[in-house]
Amino acid sequence: MLLVVEQFLNGLQFGLLLFLLAAGLTLVFGIMDLVNLAHGSLYMMGAYFAATFAAWTGSFLLGALLALGATLVLGIVLEMSALRHLYGRDHLDHVLATFGLILFFNEAVRLIWGPAGLALPLPAWLTVPVPILPGIHYPAYRLAIIVVALLVALLLYLGVMRTRIGMLIRAGASNREMIGALGINIKLLYTLVFGLGAALAGLAGLMQAPILTVQIGMGENILILAFVIIVIGGIGSIRGAFLAAIFVGMIDTLGRAFLPNLLRQILSGAAASTAAPALSSMLIYLLMAIVLVVRPEGLFPANRR
Amino acid sequence: MKSLTVSKAVTALMLAGLLLLPLYSQLSGNIFILTLFTRIIILALAAASLNLIMGFGGMMSFGHAAYLGIGGYAVGMLAQEGIGSGFIQFPVALAASAIYALVIGALSLRTRGVYFIMITLAFAQMAYYVASGLARYGGDDGLTVYKRSDFSGLINLSNRTQFYYLCLACLLGVVFLIWRIVNSRFGLVVQGLRSNEQRMQAIGFPAKRYKLVCFVISGTMCGLAGALLANNTDFVSPAVMYWTRSGDLMVMVILGGMGTLFGPIIGAVVFLLLEEFLSQITEYWALIMGPLLLLIVLFGRGGIMGLLGRAGRG
Repeated sequence: MLLVVEQFLNGLQFGLLLFLLAAGLTLVFGIMDLVNLAHGSLYMMGAYFAATFAAWTGSFLLGALLALGATLVLGIVLEMSALRHLYGRDHLDHVLATFGLILFFNEAVRLIWGPAGLALPLPAWLTVPVPILPGIHYPAYRLAIIVVALLVALLLYLGVMRTRIGMLIRAGASNREMIGALGINIKLLYTLVFGLGAALAGLAGLMQAPILTVQIGMGENILILAFVIIVIGGIGSIRGAFLAAIFVGMIDTLGRAFLPNLLRQILSGAAASTAAPALSSMLIYLLMAIVLVVRPEGLFPANRR
Repeated sequence: MKSLTVSKAVTALMLAGLLLLPLYSQLSGNIFILTLFTRIIILALAAASLNLIMGFGGMMSFGHAAYLGIGGYAVGMLAQEGIGSGFIQFPVALAASAIYALVIGALSLRTRGVYFIMITLAFAQMAYYVASGLARYGGDDGLTVYKRSDFSGLINLSNRTQFYYLCLACLLGVVFLIWRIVNSRFGLVVQGLRSNEQRMQAIGFPAKRYKLVCFVISGTMCGLAGALLANNTDFVSPAVMYWTRSGDLMVMVILGGMGTLFGPIIGAVVFLLLEEFLSQITEYWALIMGPLLLLIVLFGRGGIMGLLGRAGRG
C-alpha cells in the first residue's frame, strides 16, 4: 500500500515535470510551427544555471529564480539570433538546424562547466519527509515539484484561455496572417512565446536537477519523452500535452516499479530480470505506437490547419 | 548543361579518389586513412539508403540508425553463437532489417509530417532499449565481435584493403540499385507520391503500399551498412542506434544534397572528414560543427550538390 501510493505520487511528479517540458515544445510548435529539438538543451541549461547560481548565491530559491530568468533570456536570444529565420521553412530544416544547436550546447557546456556533472544540493527544509496520509510520508521536495508544476499548469491554462495575450497566441496559432493584419506585432509575440517555452523547459530542468545529477546530454533522453507526449496528446494541444504527460509519467514510473515483479510471476527469474528493464523502458513507446495506430493525429488533435 | 558538368566532375573525382585510396595508403604507409575511409564509406551507404526514402520518397525517417544496429547485432549475435559464416550472417542481417522495416513502416506510414518524424524516432529508441536489455549479448556495454564474417576464402574481411573494396563495392552497388529504382516506374510513382499523394491516389495508385515497399528497401540497405559496420569496428553496442546517430545520417544527406544520387556520399565524406579535422584542432569540435550546420540549413539550400549546381550556372 505504502509503495503503491509512493510510486503513484512519483509517477504524478514525473508526469507533471514532463508536462512543463512538453508544454513549451507544443506551444512553440502549435504557434510558430517550429520543431525545436534544442528544447532539451534549454532544459539542460536550466539545470546548469540553477546549480551555478545556487552555488554563487548560497540560496536554492534565489538560484532557481535567477536560472529561470537566465533560460528565459537565453531563449529570447536564441530566437532572435537563429530560429526566427526558420519560420515558414520545411520541418526538416528545423530538425537539422536545432540538431546543430544540440551539438553546440552540449559542447559549450563541456567547455564552460567541464565534462563531470554538477550537483544541486537541496536546502534542509526541502529534504524532510512530509506526512500525506496517516503513516505515509513523502519527500517534501517531490511534493513541492507537484505543487509548482500544477500551479504553472493552471497559470498557463488561464493565461492562454483568459488573457488578451493568450487570445492573440491562440489566434496566431490558427491564422498568423490574420493577426498580423490586425496590427499585432507577430515578431514580438513569437519571441515572447519562444521565451516562455524556454523558461518552462528551464523550470523543468532546474526542478529535476536535485533529483538527478546535472550532466551533459541530460536533455536528450527526456526530450524524446516530451516528443512522445506531444505526439500522443496531439501536436499543438496544451490540454493533450497535460493529459498525455501525466499518463506517460505514470506508466513509465509504475512500469519500472511493478513490472519486474509482475513478470517474475509469469516467467522464470532469469528471463524476467532480463526482460523487465527493456520492457519497462519500452512501455511508453508501445503506448505511443498503439495511440498512433488508433488515432494517427494523437488523442486531442489541435485545430487542423 | 554547364551546371551538370561541375557536379558531375566533382562526383567523378570523388569516385576516382575512393577507388585509388588503398593505393595511396599503401604507397604513403598511411594505414589510418584507409580505416577512416572504410568507416566513411559504410556510413555513406547508410546515408544513401536514407536518401532513398527521404530525398526521393519524402519520408523523413528519424530512426534510420536502428537498422545500423539491427544489421550489426545480427552479425554480432550470430558470431557469439558460433556461426561465423558471412553467407549466413549477411542474409540474416538483411532479413532482420527488412522485417523490422516492414513492421515499423506499416505502423509509421499511417501518420505523416512531424508525426512521421517522431514515430520513426520513437521506434528506433525502442530498438535501442531492447538492445540495452540484451544481457546475454553485452547489454549496455555492447558486444565484441571477436571474428569477422567468414566468406570461406572468397574475400578476407580482416585484410584492410579487401574489406575496403568490399565496402566500396557494396556502396556502389547500392547507389546503382537506387538509380535503377528511382528511374523505374515504381520509383516514379514514389516520387509522384512525394509531390502530391492525393492526386496519385486519385489516379489509382495504392499510395501506402508503394511507400511501404520503398521504406523496406531503404531499411534493408541500411541493414547491410550495419553488418559491415560491425565487421569494421569488431564491436556493436546500443549506442549505434541512439537517436543522435540518426540525426548524423540525416545531416549527411542534407549536407550533400537530398534527392541526388551522389549527394549523400559527398555529404558523408565531408561531414566525417570535417568531424575528424575539427576534432584534431580542438577537443570541442562540436562547438564549430553545430553552428556550421545551422548556417548550412539557413543559407545552403540544396546542400553541396545544389551549391555545385549554382557554381556551374553562375
